[in-house]
Amino acid sequence: MIWLVILGMAIATYLPRLLPFLIGQRLRLPEPVCRWLEFFPFAVLGALIIPGILTAPSEPGAPGWVGAATGLFAAGLSLLTRNVTLVVAAAIAFAWLLQRIF
Amino acid sequence: MRTAEEIRRGLRAGLPIALGYLPVAVTYGLLARQAGLSPFQAAGMSLFVYAGASQFMAVKMLAAGIHGAQIVLAAFILNFRHFLMSASLSQALPTRRPALLAYGITDETFVAGSLALRDAGFTSVSFLAMAVLAYLSWAAGSLAGALFGALIPPGLASAMGVGLYAMFIALLVPSLKTNWRGAAVAGCSALTALGLWLLFPRFPEGWRIILATLGASALGLLLPRDRRQAAA
Repeated sequence: MIWLVILGMAIATYLPRLLPFLIGQRLRLPEPVCRWLEFFPFAVLGALIIPGILTAPSEPGAPGWVGAATGLFAAGLSLLTRNVTLVVAAAIAFAWLLQRIF
Repeated sequence: MRTAEEIRRGLRAGLPIALGYLPVAVTYGLLARQAGLSPFQAAGMSLFVYAGASQFMAVKMLAAGIHGAQIVLAAFILNFRHFLMSASLSQALPTRRPALLAYGITDETFVAGSLALRDAGFTSVSFLAMAVLAYLSWAAGSLAGALFGALIPPGLASAMGVGLYAMFIALLVPSLKTNWRGAAVAGCSALTALGLWLLFPRFPEGWRIILATLGASALGLLLPRDRRQAAA
């Protein structure tokens, strides 16, 4: 039963990833559509960060502002370095410290 | 030699994703065990489905005894946003291995890969290397969580939950300086998503991302274009 659900989910989540890629590679899309598609990564980023970061630290009893503060910390650090791995590690440490202190 | 450099660039882009996935995957593995899945089933879902949010939802629904067909439908709806990402990537990244590359598309590999493509030297081989690293982290983390998840202190797991969001921010901030249109689109999208979340808290996350993406990207088309750089 569980393996059947896994198989069904595998198909249901793979097809939306596969079909546009197969079709899109062969089509020459009109120029405005291409520009529209080029904006998608930025738009997806915006919609992933907010509201996600606000609710990310999930520890019960952690203050609600820890996520927002960690987001600002990560943004400030990103101005100083382009090392994404470093920002991720530092943000985790920052959120952990905030949770310990408050 | 050239291939080695392509792979190296991909692995460098994949490292923060792998780091961000680990705690999420461990949490998933733990929840899957609590929902009654065996460690094999928990890891199998990560290997064959490979869709983070849908997997969390599925194990919650399995634990609640909801019918399998409903779980599959819910996963389709939640993950339909990848339709948009696949369409966007198909234009930006020509490849001879579309079936493999499409399997590697997640929210994280899509945004990291799309932004990396703007720098020269990041190719479909780089994307695959990045995706393989992310995939292995997701699968290994799921298995570890299913076997040992209960050993991880909740405070640490909670703090590690910010990892992926920190990555999204670290990807976005440098482009604020170099690409004001992309930054404007990201800002509009964030505001739209925030508004939807505040006004309709029960609106499904997948469709929140789809609506915000379609709307904000369309706004981007209205922005004036440079003469030097035709595309945003």
